[in-house]
Amino acid sequence: MADVVTYFMTALGLGFYLAGTVAVIRFPDTYSRLHALTKADNVGLGFLIVGIAFQADSWMVVARLALVWGLALMAAGITAQLIARTALQRQSP
Amino acid sequence: MMALAETGFDLVLCAMIATTALLAIGVRDQFGAVVLFVVYSVFLGLGWLRLGALDIALAEVALGAGLTGLLLFGAHARLPASVPVPSGRAVWPAACAAGGSGLALGWAFLTLPEPVGLQEAVAANLGTSGVENPVTAVLLNFRSWDTLIESIVLLAALIGVWSVARDDAWGGQPGLRQHARHGGVLANFGRLLPPIGFMIGVYLFWAGSSKPGGAFQAGTVLAAVALVVFMGGAMRPPLVTARWLRLVCVAGPAVFLAVGLTGAASGVFLGLRPDLAKPLILAIEAVLTFSIAASLALSVIGPPEDPEDHV
Repeated sequence: MADVVTYFMTALGLGFYLAGTVAVIRFPDTYSRLHALTKADNVGLGFLIVGIAFQADSWMVVARLALVWGLALMAAGITAQLIARTALQRQSP
Repeated sequence: MMALAETGFDLVLCAMIATTALLAIGVRDQFGAVVLFVVYSVFLGLGWLRLGALDIALAEVALGAGLTGLLLFGAHARLPASVPVPSGRAVWPAACAAGGSGLALGWAFLTLPEPVGLQEAVAANLGTSGVENPVTAVLLNFRSWDTLIESIVLLAALIGVWSVARDDAWGGQPGLRQHARHGGVLANFGRLLPPIGFMIGVYLFWAGSSKPGGAFQAGTVLAAVALVVFMGGAMRPPLVTARWLRLVCVAGPAVFLAVGLTGAASGVFLGLRPDLAKPLILAIEAVLTFSIAASLALSVIGPPEDPEDHV
């Protein structure tokens, strides 16, 4: 049962990564590319982590996985803000 | 089925490592080259992970991708926008030399006998090393010579970075003036992240005696914490002339050398008595972690650049 959840969730996560990657290549400007990169990857990583958490031996491991996701979310959100702000100031497309 | 998937993954990974390495030295655009170098380091870290070398994977990603990437970005920002690419004469000899050494290495790899490795020797003597992690045993006991010199190399690198400071800027705050908006995202991040980062850094140091981790990985994480603090404007970097700062940078190698010399007094330079090995290694690593963190952070921030910044 746990294996089925893992397969399903990681596949879903990989789907988001794929969509995000396609979007980064295809989207026309910095802001939409940032949107694609951070949103899709954050959700993708979330699904991956939920999937992997079903394989964990203890709650400690689950907690560490959650910490990884939290830190990645924070880093992605903040870098996106900083890059968007710089792009806005330079008015680059 | 599983073995096939793993071989496939490894082959794709090898192809990615080789491709990003080639692209990193092949692209004309400086910024692109640095980005590709960082990507290459991350793939290389994954490669070490696949080989089961967690310690090296950690070091590769933290130092190779993270810190060296930052250093290269800093160098890129200080270089003029376009540097003429040398062309013509130098290319062919360089290509021949590189190709020749590559072929020689490949030949050596294929013809030399299969190495037995030192794993058994390390495992047999692990009991006397004072730690349970064989990598730490090698790095801080059996072959601590290398680690000692690495820690001194970091100091030399920092002196190199500082020595390019202009005379009128010397003595001021290192690096360019930071422009974090008050109350902005970076300023808040600079206050939110440090406690978590500090905890992870200390954990990596502590874990080093029995699990993957150690002074270099922990020092890199702490250096990153310091950089976030400075960039977020929560604290300004200390003056390059501050005595305590230099003491922190020198303390690690100094303690290491002192322990090595007491070893020399009783017979072997850098030799540790088995019953004292654990506390000695922990003491060296603890001080070394902070020295590494300080030297790395200061190397990334760069030399003082603003003559107005004297306080």
